[in-house]
Amino acid sequence: MNKRMWPSIRAVCLVVFLAWIGVSTAQGGEVRTLRGSVPLDGADNAPELTKWMPDSHPLPRAYLQQPPLVPHQIESYKIDLRQNKCLTCHSWGKAKETRATKISLTHFRNRFGSEMSDISPQRYFCTQCHVPQKDAPPLVENTFQPVDAVVQ
Amino acid sequence: MNLFADIVELTKRKTWMVLWGFFGLGVVFWGGFQWALAVTNTETFCISCHEMKDNVFKEYRETIHYSNRTGVRATCPDCHVPREWQHMAIRKIQASNELWHKLLGTVDTPEKFEGKRLELARHVWKAMKDTDSRECRNCHNFNTMDFTRQGMRAFDFHERGFSQNKTCIDCHKGIAHALPRGMTKADDTSHMQ
Repeated sequence: MNKRMWPSIRAVCLVVFLAWIGVSTAQGGEVRTLRGSVPLDGADNAPELTKWMPDSHPLPRAYLQQPPLVPHQIESYKIDLRQNKCLTCHSWGKAKETRATKISLTHFRNRFGSEMSDISPQRYFCTQCHVPQKDAPPLVENTFQPVDAVVQ
Repeated sequence: MNLFADIVELTKRKTWMVLWGFFGLGVVFWGGFQWALAVTNTETFCISCHEMKDNVFKEYRETIHYSNRTGVRATCPDCHVPREWQHMAIRKIQASNELWHKLLGTVDTPEKFEGKRLELARHVWKAMKDTDSRECRNCHNFNTMDFTRQGMRAFDFHERGFSQNKTCIDCHKGIAHALPRGMTKADDTSHMQ
């Protein structure tokens, strides 16, 4: 056998081996997702029933640049074309009398960098970033840490 | 006097029959009246019109007055029909206007309903304001409301709101149905010190 053929034989072996690993893991259902081992075409397991955390004072940030969490229940609060329930307290016009946290001035800047007179459309849907908390374990582990300057 | 004597004579003979007859008629008519009031005071009756079923009822199903932790529900008439007889009678007579508009088809499409929603909502808000949110208070009584068992925000707002003579609807607009488009600053009555 020609010595020059060895590299290509090795390459073929490697490809076959990797393919075998891929096929065997896929068959063994070891692809890990948040769905667990539920097959893709099957019905998902019902999520565990959890409760919203009761109202509290502002929550500390868990990591740098985390959007502030919502420290109260927002069930059935609507954010749509007609209404934004969050803004009925957190807007600059209402924040003082409702004693709520004012929305950040950065939210008045639109995507072109222009300062607007009211909240920018791209910041309108508050719950895209600001979320209330549930009494539930995290879905995936993480190593995020707050920085000292933010904690204190 | 002849006629009077005749009547006396008749009733002497048939007193009990006549009395029972009137009594029976009374039972039938009064019972029928009450039955009609009761039937038209149910959610099933309200949503027998698609105008109600496809718009406001659908929105209400997502709110706390439909589904909540205790399973107690406030249905359409609990909020929209007064409990006291005299007020209820007036409201029922006003409802004939709604029948008229049902025939006219004033709000028979979602688009038409949206077009009228602000006006309709303002009617309800005004009625609630004028009666000091009477229908809310059928269940939610200030005197038995314990602020300390409420959330932090509710505690604060209720304490301040009551002392500033606010009524329920001043702050709680759109709790059971979607808010209308085109609300002005005057429609926001929730301001308090």
